[in-house]
Amino acid sequence: MLSYIAKRLAMAIPTLLIVITASFFLMRVAPGGPFDGERQLPPEIEANLMAAYHLDEPLPMQYLRYMGNLLQGDFGPSFKYKDFSVTDLIAQGFPVSLELGGLAIALALLLGIPMGVMAALKRNTTVDYLLMGTALGGIAVPNFVIAPLMALFFGVMLGWLPVGGWNGGALPNLVLPVVALAIQQIAYIARMMRASMIEVLGSHFIRTARAKGLNERQVIWRHALRPAMLPVLSYLGPAIAGIITGSVVIEQIFGLPGIGRYFVQGALNRDYTLVMGTVVFYGILIVLMNLIVDLLYSLFDPQIRYDD
Amino acid sequence: MNRLVSGCMAAALIWSLPLTVHAATLDIGIYGEPASLDAARVTGAVYDNDVLGDLFEGLVTLAPDGDYQPGVATDWSVSDDGLTWTFNLRDDARWSDGKPVTADDFVLAFQRALDPKVASIYANLLYPLKNAAAINRGEANIDTLGVQAEGDHRLHVELHQPTAYLPTLMAHIIASPVPSHLVREYGNDWTRLEHIATNGAFMPRRWVSHDHIETVKNPHFHDADSVTLEGVNYYLVEDLNTGLSRFRSGDLDVMRDFDASRYQWLKDNLGNAVHLHNQLSTYYYALNNREGHPTSDVRVREALNLALRRDIIVEKVLQGAANATSALVPDGVAHYDVQTMPGVDGDITARMNKARALLKDAGYGPEHPLDLRLRFNSRDDHRRIAVAAAAMWKPLGINIEMVNAEANVHYAEIARGDFDIARASWVADFDDASNFLGILASDNTKNYGGYHSDKFDSLLTQAAAQPDPDQRQQLLEQAERQALGDYAMAPIYADAARNLVNPDMTGWEDNAINRHLSRWISLNP
Repeated sequence: MLSYIAKRLAMAIPTLLIVITASFFLMRVAPGGPFDGERQLPPEIEANLMAAYHLDEPLPMQYLRYMGNLLQGDFGPSFKYKDFSVTDLIAQGFPVSLELGGLAIALALLLGIPMGVMAALKRNTTVDYLLMGTALGGIAVPNFVIAPLMALFFGVMLGWLPVGGWNGGALPNLVLPVVALAIQQIAYIARMMRASMIEVLGSHFIRTARAKGLNERQVIWRHALRPAMLPVLSYLGPAIAGIITGSVVIEQIFGLPGIGRYFVQGALNRDYTLVMGTVVFYGILIVLMNLIVDLLYSLFDPQIRYDD
Repeated sequence: MNRLVSGCMAAALIWSLPLTVHAATLDIGIYGEPASLDAARVTGAVYDNDVLGDLFEGLVTLAPDGDYQPGVATDWSVSDDGLTWTFNLRDDARWSDGKPVTADDFVLAFQRALDPKVASIYANLLYPLKNAAAINRGEANIDTLGVQAEGDHRLHVELHQPTAYLPTLMAHIIASPVPSHLVREYGNDWTRLEHIATNGAFMPRRWVSHDHIETVKNPHFHDADSVTLEGVNYYLVEDLNTGLSRFRSGDLDVMRDFDASRYQWLKDNLGNAVHLHNQLSTYYYALNNREGHPTSDVRVREALNLALRRDIIVEKVLQGAANATSALVPDGVAHYDVQTMPGVDGDITARMNKARALLKDAGYGPEHPLDLRLRFNSRDDHRRIAVAAAAMWKPLGINIEMVNAEANVHYAEIARGDFDIARASWVADFDDASNFLGILASDNTKNYGGYHSDKFDSLLTQAAAQPDPDQRQQLLEQAERQALGDYAMAPIYADAARNLVNPDMTGWEDNAINRHLSRWISLNP
């Protein structure tokens, strides 16, 4: 198992290297620069800024400088947020995104799995149609539509919940963004769970279990649930990484200080170091999430083993 | 079950408490985050001014109505030749760590702002100071800057030419002092929250990037007794709809912008919380005056200006949330009368006929249609205005190719001159007409259209050296008339400042530079 993990981590290094290099050069060929804006700068001021951030050096030199700093764990200064280093910003934004995304995924699993199982068990009944219809609605309506509507209803009209802001992660501030973020995931997971449960329920080992006289509850909970979870599990890896770093729309609508906003704002501002920092961080996160999901497979499917 | 219900109700009550109880802390929604708490490293946007304006006080400061009034300086005088200004500093000014604010703090602040290594974006505002430009270009030693401390409480500022508006410039955040004792100890890290000291009415206590900046009252501020607020929180709200929802739910006392296209709805529903007033800002189309562009022909530029129906753009596209103008310098600028572009206010039929004749004269017509490229940065209102303008030019046989891009790309492209018509705007840094007219000077990088007129440049130079305010005003107005007569650009509207303001607040006065120091504001219980 350990050597498998070590091998996977070693394989991640060239992947990350390619991601970093490609992002570095793609960022630089994008039109517009970090200091282009409504107020065109006098040439001497632009020159001072370029020199201060070493942007006046040849590109390969800048690349080597960046890689050198990165190896020492230094993501560099943000061009836009000058009182923060990129490391500061990620350290500040990641816990927010983690809490938001983690809660949303937990909520999605908590509701999505039972919904899917229930729909599968009551296949082609009103319950199934109702649950899957709701799920389809959840997928079809994008969260940038749901979120402002929820804010308007629960925040402005009823006054029950704050319509935005982080407030140090206080529960009332979390409710609307977590629900808005989870709705689509609940829908995906429910549909996936239903399909996979139906497939598992039709397989031989379930028939055998029933033939042995186990009651339906035991069949479902002890035998069918775990294998039916496998597709959901493989979906979870990239979904968690995506939801944690990519909840940018929700972060924007509710004004939350998560990492997704740094990514988008960084790209729009041509804040090269901030974009690179989030790309590297995102890359590492995806690699780790995929590894964790692969390791979890062995828990859910006895046929999978990571032997040394 | 009853317990569950009452538990839920109690929880709902607790959650809703912060929304209804009003502490004496002002919550402001700002649509961008300051780049730094160091005035030498910010971009000068509205939100930079909001936050840094509350944290620091310059030699001159602002009254609630936007008038300039003594700040750290008690009074000032200027030499007969207009080249040396002397500011006397108050002796009760203190940093938030209790140390006195001295003339040295201003000397170091100005030196840092011009130090090429600090790379201040706003350094050029201090170019009227002797040797400032040369220092910023790295051609002169920083000690040669025309600013000297005489003791702790007197500051001499030497200029390379008379600058009548120097006191207004001293109210800009770039002219804020720095705590020299901290800068010498921590360098650029002096703004870290564990080190920083401020001399304004408030001092920062917490900064969660992309969330909020929390400040509390500075007990050492010289006028602390009259500051009623316990603190000010600035919340970053980039999305205007979110800002509106947060304002309506009572989460924010002030939201520093709203969607102009919702002005009528807001007026109907929020009444006197909606503040709309003139500000010193002009929205215009830059016309490319360079050779090789059809717009280099003055007849084409005049035709474009004649056919633009600015009143319709303002009424229909902007819901009346701005003022149509054909001038570059908007109404409200001190010591200045609004100018108008010749011919653009007449009857529209006559204007269109003249425009057609001008285009025909310039060689354009059905056989040889005029194709122009209009660039704008991607935003709904810019798009709507561009579509309206293109429709107004269409009857003249002008085909408009619209190109939009995100802001950084847009400005990079138009700075290269790759356009015929390009959207731009100018918001005053300080209340003086030269700040607007300067963007048409031949050597100014903000002169996107590449307008060049020896007469215009010479009038600006004469005005800059003219110490008499009335004569200076005449020269500046003459310069603008020259540029408007050359149809150098196509001004469209003077923008309005848009704010949502809690009606229970006192001390907020709408003003043309749209700056509001929180020290004047009180929240009524």
